Amino acid sequence: MAKFMTQEWGELYKEAINNNKAYEEAAKTWEGDFYFVMEPGGPVKEPFYTYIDLYHGKCRKIEIVTDPSKYKPEFVMSAPYPVWKRIATKELDPIKSMITRQAKLTGNMAKIMRYVKAANELTNSTTKVPTEWLD
Amino acid sequence: MWTFSCPFIAYGDNALEYIAQIQGKKAFIVTDKNIVKLGLVKLVTDQLDAVNIKWQIFDEVEPEPSLDTIKKGGVAVGGYQPDWVIGLGGGSCMDAAKAIIILLVRPDLEPDCIMASDTYNFRAKARLMAIPTTSGTGSEATSMIILTDTKEQRKISMMNLECMPDVAILDPVMVAGMPPQITADTGMDVLTHAIEGYVSTWGTSLTDGPGLIATRKVFEYLPKAYKNENDLEARKEMQNAAVLGGMSFGNSMAGLGHSTGHALGAIFHLPHGRTVGLFLPYTMEYLINGSEETTAKYAEIARYCGIASGSDKECAKALAAKILALAKEIGQPLSVKDCGIDKAKYEESIPGLIDRALNEAMTMTISRIPEGEDLEKIFKYAYEGKSIDF
Repeated sequence: MAKFMTQEWGELYKEAINNNKAYEEAAKTWEGDFYFVMEPGGPVKEPFYTYIDLYHGKCRKIEIVTDPSKYKPEFVMSAPYPVWKRIATKELDPIKSMITRQAKLTGNMAKIMRYVKAANELTNSTTKVPTEWLD
Repeated sequence: MWTFSCPFIAYGDNALEYIAQIQGKKAFIVTDKNIVKLGLVKLVTDQLDAVNIKWQIFDEVEPEPSLDTIKKGGVAVGGYQPDWVIGLGGGSCMDAAKAIIILLVRPDLEPDCIMASDTYNFRAKARLMAIPTTSGTGSEATSMIILTDTKEQRKISMMNLECMPDVAILDPVMVAGMPPQITADTGMDVLTHAIEGYVSTWGTSLTDGPGLIATRKVFEYLPKAYKNENDLEARKEMQNAAVLGGMSFGNSMAGLGHSTGHALGAIFHLPHGRTVGLFLPYTMEYLINGSEETTAKYAEIARYCGIASGSDKECAKALAAKILALAKEIGQPLSVKDCGIDKAKYEESIPGLIDRALNEAMTMTISRIPEGEDLEKIFKYAYEGKSIDF
């Protein structure tokens, strides 16, 4: 059990992604990194930045960073904690969260839309991580 | 949180006269050359002239509009600076208008980078009107934009809630002379929207109502509209059904019939409605075989439409059979083979078809999400016209 969006949680999430065969297949040609930004809201007082580097069906690195200028990822997905929690528990579809502007994605949307299956598997992987929520 | 949106709708006889009530100075009409040739654009410009609204026509939209066409339209709309953008035509023209109006405020944007979560605020400059000349896509009542990346032979489905038209005008005069083939293709599109919107995992009671009514209207009026292009009652009801279908899937999501149909259409350049309608019964069978939840929803539709009674499975299967019977009645292909596609070429394309179908958001909003292996079988069975037994 690890606290959501901590380095320990990140390591478990990385393991879950790397054990997900469906993700590996769907993302075999994917090259791109992300910041998942947890905006202040609810129990979260300061923004959290989780850097995720995904390459050819594997997760190469997950790092919680305090200084967002450390990386310049291709994509940034931002949402407040309650929205991330609903996405991570599959109560809320990530695409639906963007349509309703509960979450915001910056980066080349066209590229993401070619890997919808992989994006779905990334969400499936979060459900495999035993998570201690912040609220 | 979820939302439901739809445009203000002027409909019925003389609905085009609503244009006299709009406020504005300049309208930019996004259409195609055929619509101009048929005199349908003139019906609109006459209304604009009557209230001294200037207009400019962009008539370069092709079926399944390409990113390059949108960029051209973006340059043209930027030069004209209208306060209305009017999508006039089938889904291609209306979708193109939605993308072009965004380029009015964001000329720097690549059209395939329109984001669901971004705010474009184009209404600070112009409002959006949709006037359909087919009864099919329901684009006049959705926020969706389907464009084609011609280089990658891929349909790009995008959505932004701002792209819901402010006004949709459904005047039967715009669809009165629609040829039987287009009536059939677009009518099958309505049916697919209505049924897939109804069973979508994103569906709610708000989207169920429009989906149910649209389905029943299609079964009743599509054969009449197909057989007699002058049956105005059938034309009006199909116009209404198209809007209702759009409200249903546009506020929930379409499903596997769309993702497989899009894939086929992108590679073999077939009309959208024909391909999604073709895959609808096959993908329904796939869901019936593996999802009790969706089977129950199909059964509700079948009962509402008076197609069958009995167990959920019996009703759901009767609905799929009824769709095949309708397709046959209106001269639609019942298999991929019927589309005249060479078997060897098709089999060569199967990996590409699977990749495209797997990576459509619509594949994720059904209750039985297929992996590549199942999709391969669905594509193979649909070629032969073989019932899905797995």
